[in-house]
Amino acid sequence: MAGQLKEVRNRISSVQSSQQITKAMKMVSAAKLRRAQDAIIQMRPYAKKLQEVLSNIVSNTEGDVSIKLAEQRNIEKVLIIVITSDRGLCGAYNSNLVKLAKASILEKYHEQYKKGNVAIWNIGKKGYESLTKSGYKTSDTYKDIFLNLTFENVQAAAKAAMTAFENKEFDAIDIVYSEFKNAATQNFHCEQFLPIPKVEKKAGATKADFIFEPSKDKLIAELMPKILNTQLYKAVLDANASEHGARMTAMDKASDNANELLKILKVSYNRARQAAITTELSEIVSGAAALEG
Amino acid sequence: MTLEILTPEKKIYSGEVLGIRLPGIEGLFEVFDKHAPLVSALTKGKMKIIVDRNTSEHFNIQGGFVEVLDNKTTVLVEGATVVD
Repeated sequence: MAGQLKEVRNRISSVQSSQQITKAMKMVSAAKLRRAQDAIIQMRPYAKKLQEVLSNIVSNTEGDVSIKLAEQRNIEKVLIIVITSDRGLCGAYNSNLVKLAKASILEKYHEQYKKGNVAIWNIGKKGYESLTKSGYKTSDTYKDIFLNLTFENVQAAAKAAMTAFENKEFDAIDIVYSEFKNAATQNFHCEQFLPIPKVEKKAGATKADFIFEPSKDKLIAELMPKILNTQLYKAVLDANASEHGARMTAMDKASDNANELLKILKVSYNRARQAAITTELSEIVSGAAALEG
Repeated sequence: MTLEILTPEKKIYSGEVLGIRLPGIEGLFEVFDKHAPLVSALTKGKMKIIVDRNTSEHFNIQGGFVEVLDNKTTVLVEGATVVD
């Protein structure tokens, strides 16, 4: 009896210390989330407008200028940039991203995959580990961006991707990442990075006759890389905020679960204690009765 | 016309204005009401927002782009600071 009592007491204290850890992690994630969220929310209108300007130019200059980065080629070699987190303990966040990456390879690029022409660049350690284990052609060049999240680092990755596309090392580049919606919700996306997707022209809309200054070519040459840098940077910021949001939610749930567990354990602890007391009492009573008798 | 000034950090201006003077890559130029559609690269320099006949605001900008379409002007700059 006493043995069981001690056992339950040990369980309770171990659950309590786990709960302390999950609570602390939740607080840390909440603080980090606030920072990540600010960065992404402030950055979003800028990125969106840049994208619009680009789309306007591309659809207004069709046939006039050849834009290397918008060139539609026969897709033979594919690159997928998968943005995951460096650390676990954030619920199904990483496994959802990996699942999406695998699904899009299977659906969109099945032919290319069979020929071994699908490459993956990983940003974030977790996705790298999991996809490498599954036997995909992964590269870890930009794996550690989250260790030092600056615009320059992301820019380097974007630049490398653009150069590779221009040199025809890849014919299509996709990004798999999760868009931050709120702390509890992430939207997982597989987005085309290159070639730049053309915007559908609105029905009935006349082609706006843009004045370009300086020349179209020069302008586009300057605009393109900036836009793509921003696009990738936005994806990375989104992913960062999503990660902290996912971790916060996961840790919140873990703390709740620990509470539930503690409740159950406390009931069984009290029951064991009660049983021990009852036994002891009856021993004393029967002992006394034996003496009297 | 409607004016919007965006940077990666935040939106720094939004509202109705009379016009705006911008440091284009090939020289200063101004955009007023009902300007033709325009896309231009901007260089580092001073930007002047003409709010109405008597008031204006000045910014130092780090270079970027401007787009004018449907009487809406959007300035995209990488950094901007207010000049008194």
